[in-house]
Amino acid sequence: MTIVIQATHLRKTYPKTVAVDDISLEVREGEIFGMVGPNGAGKTTTIECLEGLRRPDGGEIRVLDLDPIRQERELRYVIGTQLQKSQLPDQLTVGEVLDLFASFYPDPAPWPELLARLGLAEKKNAWFAKLSGGQQQRVFIALALINRPKLVFLDELTTGLDPQARRSIWDLVREVRAGGCTVFLTTHFMEEAETLCDRVAIIDHGKIVALDTPAALVSRLGAEARILFKTKHPLDPQALRTLDGATRVERDGDNVIVYGRAPQPGEPALIGAVVNWLAAQGAAYSDIRMEQPDLEDVFLQLTGRAMRD
Amino acid sequence: MKSFWKLTLAECKVYFRFPIAAFFTLGLLPMVLLILGAAFTNEPQPQFGGRGFLDWAVPGFIAMVIAISALMSLPMAVTTYRERGILRRYRATPVSPAAVLGAQLVTQFAMTTLGMLLLILIGRVVFNLRFEGNIANVVAAFTLGCLSFFSIGMILAGVFPNTRTGTIFGNVLLQPMIYLSGVTIPKEAMSEGMQQAIRFNPLTHVATLLQGMWRGDAWSQHQTEVVVLGIILVAAGIVAVKVFRWE
Repeated sequence: MTIVIQATHLRKTYPKTVAVDDISLEVREGEIFGMVGPNGAGKTTTIECLEGLRRPDGGEIRVLDLDPIRQERELRYVIGTQLQKSQLPDQLTVGEVLDLFASFYPDPAPWPELLARLGLAEKKNAWFAKLSGGQQQRVFIALALINRPKLVFLDELTTGLDPQARRSIWDLVREVRAGGCTVFLTTHFMEEAETLCDRVAIIDHGKIVALDTPAALVSRLGAEARILFKTKHPLDPQALRTLDGATRVERDGDNVIVYGRAPQPGEPALIGAVVNWLAAQGAAYSDIRMEQPDLEDVFLQLTGRAMRD
Repeated sequence: MKSFWKLTLAECKVYFRFPIAAFFTLGLLPMVLLILGAAFTNEPQPQFGGRGFLDWAVPGFIAMVIAISALMSLPMAVTTYRERGILRRYRATPVSPAAVLGAQLVTQFAMTTLGMLLLILIGRVVFNLRFEGNIANVVAAFTLGCLSFFSIGMILAGVFPNTRTGTIFGNVLLQPMIYLSGVTIPKEAMSEGMQQAIRFNPLTHVATLLQGMWRGDAWSQHQTEVVVLGIILVAAGIVAVKVFRWE
């Protein structure tokens, strides 16, 4: 397995704060690696050190076998970058911007195709300023891909987008990876990290507090999954407890909650067993749903704080 | 080089598509020239050494275009790009910083030249503007004025914390600088003390040099202006490189 990013004991201090406090991580070729944490946790500083836009105070970084500070220019040719806070001249059209950025690289991707792939073909002649937030982000993704990079950095890609735009951006990121490109992204949406990333580093106060696949992080939490439903059937709650994976059952009037272990990857979900059991009893039920622990719970447990407060 | 020309072309497009900046450099002074020309005509008059009002005013107006481009348009463009993270986006590509800033400078130089040509064209076509100088000398004086003022402009681009500061600077300092440089009021009409005072205004030297070259003076008559502008060019250029920031 090829390592595309290797950071060891990375450290960056600003006059008043330690932004990155001894971060070490490895990113493998072809994965979507996410760095997730609240605002101010040190995500952007870390990604900018990896991109060679910021000089770390300590630690070693190799990105695609290059030193991001000493070989900054070589690195620029092989990575794609989407910055958290950046804009383009308002009065340039999407096509002009792509054509301009293509001229910075020796072998750029044909940009009209790139625009079509990103669903921007009709916006070719539109001014950048006239695009919606989601469309502007697509332009930045296009710019990050224009040099056919082996590795692309996406910093807070979906911040400020509505849920629908966010989902379609996720699909794009998956496509980018399917095209053979490694993706390093930061986000403060746990849901985004959970659905999109192969591996996630949870970062808080400049330190990595956990690093693994989202499923492993959640299952290591040992938190319970819950199946909730309503029924008027006088079923015996204790009979449900015998189902494989169930740990306890609570009943309060019509409302029933079955607690169970969070399923490991590949394991049948408890909800299937519950539904089958109810059907076998001939019990009518409604409003059935499952609540599973997610990365939000992991963060809460690791830091003692909710992500968004 | 390809990147540089593409950047320059893009900057020119942005310039014309943002009418406010284009108006100040290209529209305002030709309008003022038309109004003043209609009021004063270009008939020969003794206080202009037997030349007309416009023969004296046009080279001064050209100095004004240089000042507006260099101290207003250029720093505002760079500050806006920095404020909005556009410079950062360029920094994240392999394009060289020299190409990004060079494109700005070349664009501003081209627009200043266009501003000059518009003034001359209006003077020629509408008011029978006289020209007794040597074109190469006027071009050289214009270029020297631009280069030294663009160096000052790049210092401003480095030190303006935001575009608001740039607007305030334009209103509070640039306007008096223009009025007190001998382009709106002839130096000869000023008191002795005033004439001494405006020698500390760099724009006075651009205006004096351009007015001199326009009426056919020799370079030897303008050594002071050339030396002052040359020193500004070198000194401000060094400072500008030191204070420049991408973000």
